[in-house]
Order: sequence, then structure tokens, then C-alpha cells
Amino acid sequence: MKSQSWFRRLALFFGFAFLYVPILSMIVFSFNNSRLVTVWDADDSPTLKWYRQLLENEQILGAAWLSIKVAAVTATGAVILGTLAGLVLARFGPFRGRTLLSGMTTAPLVMPEVITGLSLLLLFVFLEQLIGWPQGRGFSTIVIAHVTFAMAYVTVVVQSRLATFDDSLEEAALDLGARPAKVFFRITLPLILPAILSGWLLAFTLSWDDLVISQFVAGPGSTTLPMVVFSKVRLGVSPDINALATIMVTIVGLGVLLSAIWMRRQERRLALEMQMAKADK
Amino acid sequence: MARSQVRQPQKPPIDAWGAGRLGLIFSLLFRYGPPRWSQYVRKHWAGKRLVIGVPFLWLLMFFAVPFVIVLKLSFSEVRLAMPPYAPLIERVSEMAYAVNVNLGNYAFLLSDPLYASSYIYSVKVAAIATFFCLLVGYPMAYAIARSAPTMRSVWLMLIILPFWTSFLLRVYAWVGLLKTDGLINQALGVLGLGPYTMMYTDFAVYIGIVYSYLPFMILPLYSNLEKHDLTLLEASADLGAGPIKSFLRITLPLSFPGIIAGSLLVFIPSVGEYVIPSLLGRSDQLMIGRVLSDEFFANRDWPVASAVSIAMLLLLVVPIVLFQRYQNRELAGARR
Repeated sequence: MKSQSWFRRLALFFGFAFLYVPILSMIVFSFNNSRLVTVWDADDSPTLKWYRQLLENEQILGAAWLSIKVAAVTATGAVILGTLAGLVLARFGPFRGRTLLSGMTTAPLVMPEVITGLSLLLLFVFLEQLIGWPQGRGFSTIVIAHVTFAMAYVTVVVQSRLATFDDSLEEAALDLGARPAKVFFRITLPLILPAILSGWLLAFTLSWDDLVISQFVAGPGSTTLPMVVFSKVRLGVSPDINALATIMVTIVGLGVLLSAIWMRRQERRLALEMQMAKADK
Repeated sequence: MARSQVRQPQKPPIDAWGAGRLGLIFSLLFRYGPPRWSQYVRKHWAGKRLVIGVPFLWLLMFFAVPFVIVLKLSFSEVRLAMPPYAPLIERVSEMAYAVNVNLGNYAFLLSDPLYASSYIYSVKVAAIATFFCLLVGYPMAYAIARSAPTMRSVWLMLIILPFWTSFLLRVYAWVGLLKTDGLINQALGVLGLGPYTMMYTDFAVYIGIVYSYLPFMILPLYSNLEKHDLTLLEASADLGAGPIKSFLRITLPLSFPGIIAGSLLVFIPSVGEYVIPSLLGRSDQLMIGRVLSDEFFANRDWPVASAVSIAMLLLLVVPIVLFQRYQNRELAGARR
């Protein structure tokens, strides 16, 4: 057993080094004065000049604002649709078309993005010819495309959360005469709230991060942040992108930390309430 | 079935002990055993159709129908117009319609060696990268699953954390590390080694894929390894097997479903990967995702791009179906 714990420590050390060294190197070099990203200029560093440059870049700021709007709308839509789909798949038992629905919710998880992007763009072009909507492509087409692939993730999260507890509470409420809609809002929804919250965050990140699908379905006037970053990065490394990465890692790190704390507290409260309910009997 | 004969009132009576209610409870008890929510829903709720219908129609409209359009377009001819393709059924005159079904796009894919070689190359790169991902991910998943329960959630959060930061920026981070004057070569230079050319090689693409998709490998492996019954290992140790033999004979075979799930989650999206090979990969040999997007954006040949994506789907249909079966079994298994 002794040799095993040594092996485990080594695996964790190298694994996490592999995961975090690239991110740390980006953070460190975002404070570097030199234009050459990988040469540390010891005399004038650390500096905040790349952050200043980033905040003065109208193009990046505009794209970031568009990405935030798209991601927020996407996450909300994906949570609504994904929760419905997850509920249907986990609780409604067999119905006609169930296999098709479950297929359509798992396939986007692994579908190569180029295919999803191409097929959605062709749909939009086809629709525009047929019924005149959407006129051109932009905000709404990006949101529709993002909702479609993000809701698959929300569905899986909600469905697996629903699978972790049985439906005895819901049955009890139904036995006591509550209508199904009331049961959903009073019992099911509070129970799956952590899953819904993490589903929202997941959908937000997926949308915020997406490059390939956006490239297909975005119009000329709507450039999201990943599209700007990609066109900059393709020309080579640029230090203000390091600064952008640092800002994003900080925000995400804080967000994940806070939500982890919140969820843990929620879990504990739930466990406590369950215990108390059992003790009452 | 007798089920359809029992017509229950749409609105259950408020009085829980009313005769109708009792009758309902008894009929459910004797007919189906304990009542389940799905049965109530099936009987009572008019909104059920709406709840199923909304996500169903959305996915039908924005996921299923687009594939039909791609399929249709892959049989069309390219045209210099907007949109740049010929309709399948075209009105030629007052009375005549022409049907333009054309297999030329597929024939073109078969005749031009560029496509075959980029398909083979994509599958090769994805397979090798998946293997490396397993090699890196398995020890980590194993170490996490066997660590103290309080630490597990911390380790898992650290695994997922990079996944929440931008995918694009994480791939970009490797540019600074892998460049000929990058950090890795600088570090190797201190040791008197190198410099090696790592950027724009297959190696860089493997690194990029392993790095970006590692959480997808680790999470299914972890959820499998965590469920193992450790008394089996004790038993095998009691019977005289060393740790390596116990691992090979017990842990590894038991973790096979996790290996399959993780590998599929990495392999399938890697085949069509676009960003990683564009930033880190070779320019003389393109992966199929890049070919598709060039065909579409640079050549404006929508029909050939559609044929490329149909061919890619045919290639991936077996692994995708395998993955779905695994996913369904996993979600059904969590119930028990």
C-alpha cells in the first residue's frame, strides 16, 4: 500500500502540473513588459500596460459585450429547454418519440462543431428563402445555435440529478392532491436547483467560449469575442491576449469557488432537512 | 389493455378521501402496484404534451431538420449565385420540373486524394491523441478515486476548473510554450538540450487535444473507478497477488466501461477538431474539420462542404451510437 500512495502522489503532481503550468505561464507573462511573449524583460516588469491596452481596445470590448449578451440569453433559454427535456426523460416514463428525443439530446454532446455549425447555417439560409426569416444573420441566429447545443448539456445535468433521488416526494405531493405543475414548482424545482444553476453556468461558458459554430452562423456585423481572439492569435502571440486570459481565469476561478461553496451549503442543508424529516417519524 | 378503459377525471377531487380518490388509489394499487409519478402524469395532465412538445420541437427544428438540409444539399450542384447551389427540384417552364440529383460531390470526394488522406489523417491523430489522453487521465482518475473522500471533490474541482476558462485561450497558451524560442525549449536549453521544433507538428496537436479534452477522459473514468468494491483487491492480495497483478486482473477489466466512455468523449469531437490543428498543427496536412470549413468559406462550395460533413458523420455514426448507448445505460443505472 505504501508504494501505491507514492504512485498516486506522483500521478496527481504531474497531472496537475500539466493542467496548470500553461495557464500560469499566461498569467505571468501578462505582466511582462516585452512584446516578445516568451522573453522576460526583467528591467521594466511587472507592468500593467497590456491590461491598459486591452481596456482601450474598442473592438475587443465591443465583442466581449456582445458575447456576454449572447451567453446570458443562451444560458437562460438552454436552462428552460434543458430542464424540460431532462424532466421528461427522467420522469415521464415511456412515450412515443422518447428514443428520438433522448438521441437528439445526447448527440450534440459529441457532434463535431463544424457539422453543427454548417447544418444550422444552411437551415437559416433555407428559412430565409422560404419564409423571409431570419433576415440576415446576427444576434438571434447565434443565440438559437448556442441554445441548441448548450441545452444538451443542461439536459444531461438535470437528468442525472433527477436520477439521484427517487420520485417518492413527488408521489407524496400528488397523493395529497397537488397538481403536477404545483408539484414541479414546489418539490422538483427546489430539489434540482443546484443542477439548474450549474447548468446555467455551464451553458453560459459554452456559449461564451464557442468559436466554430459562431463563425458559421454570425453575420458580418456580429463578431463575438472568441472570433476576435482567434483572428489575433492566428497571426501569432500577442501579450494583450495574455492579459485577457488572466482576467478570465480570475473571474472564472472566483465564480467556480463561490458556486462550489454555495452548492456544498445547499447539499448540506438538504441532507440535514432529510435527516430531520426522518427523525420526526 | 385495461389502462385505456379507466378514464379518470381531469381534475382530481380536492377531498383526498372522497370515493373517487379512493377508487383511483385502489385501482392504481391493484393494477400497477405502487403509483408512480409517470402514471399520474400520463393520466391527468393536459400540459404533458406541452412539456414534451417544447424541447422536442426545438430539437427537431434546429437539430434534426438541419441534417436533412445538409443531406439534400450534398446532392446538389454548385452555382454562382446566392445561395450558391442549384435546387433539387427546379421549375424549368410552366409545366416542366427538372430533378437535379447529383452524386458528383461524392464522386469528387472519392476521386481527389486530398479528402481521403485528410480523413485518414484525422482519424489517426484523434486515435493517437485519445490514447495519450487515456495514458495521462487514467492514473489521475485512479489517484483521485483512491484518495481521501474529503479531498476528492477538491481534486475534481481542480480538474474541471480549466474547462471553465476559455478553450481557445488554453490552446493559445501552448503556443508560447511550444515555440522554438518558447518556454519549453528555454528550459531544455538550460539543461543543454534542444532546441526542438515542436510547433506546427503532429506532436503539438496531440498535446493540444490531450490538454483540452483531459476532463472528458477523467470524469467518466473517475465515476467508474470510484464505484469499485475494494474488498476484491484485499481478497486478491490475501490470495498472494501483487499490486500490479491485482490491478491488471481486477481494476483494469472493471474499469473498461469508463475507458470506453472517456475515449469516445475524446475521440469523436477530436476527429472534427478545427481550432487545435489551426493554431498548433501542420499546414501541409489538414484535418477534416479544417477541410470542411475551407471548402465552405474559402471555396464557397456549399454542396461539397455538405458532402464532406455527411461523409464525416458516416465515419462517426458507430462511435456516436456506442456513446449514446453507454450514456443511456449510465443514466438508467444511476437510478438504482
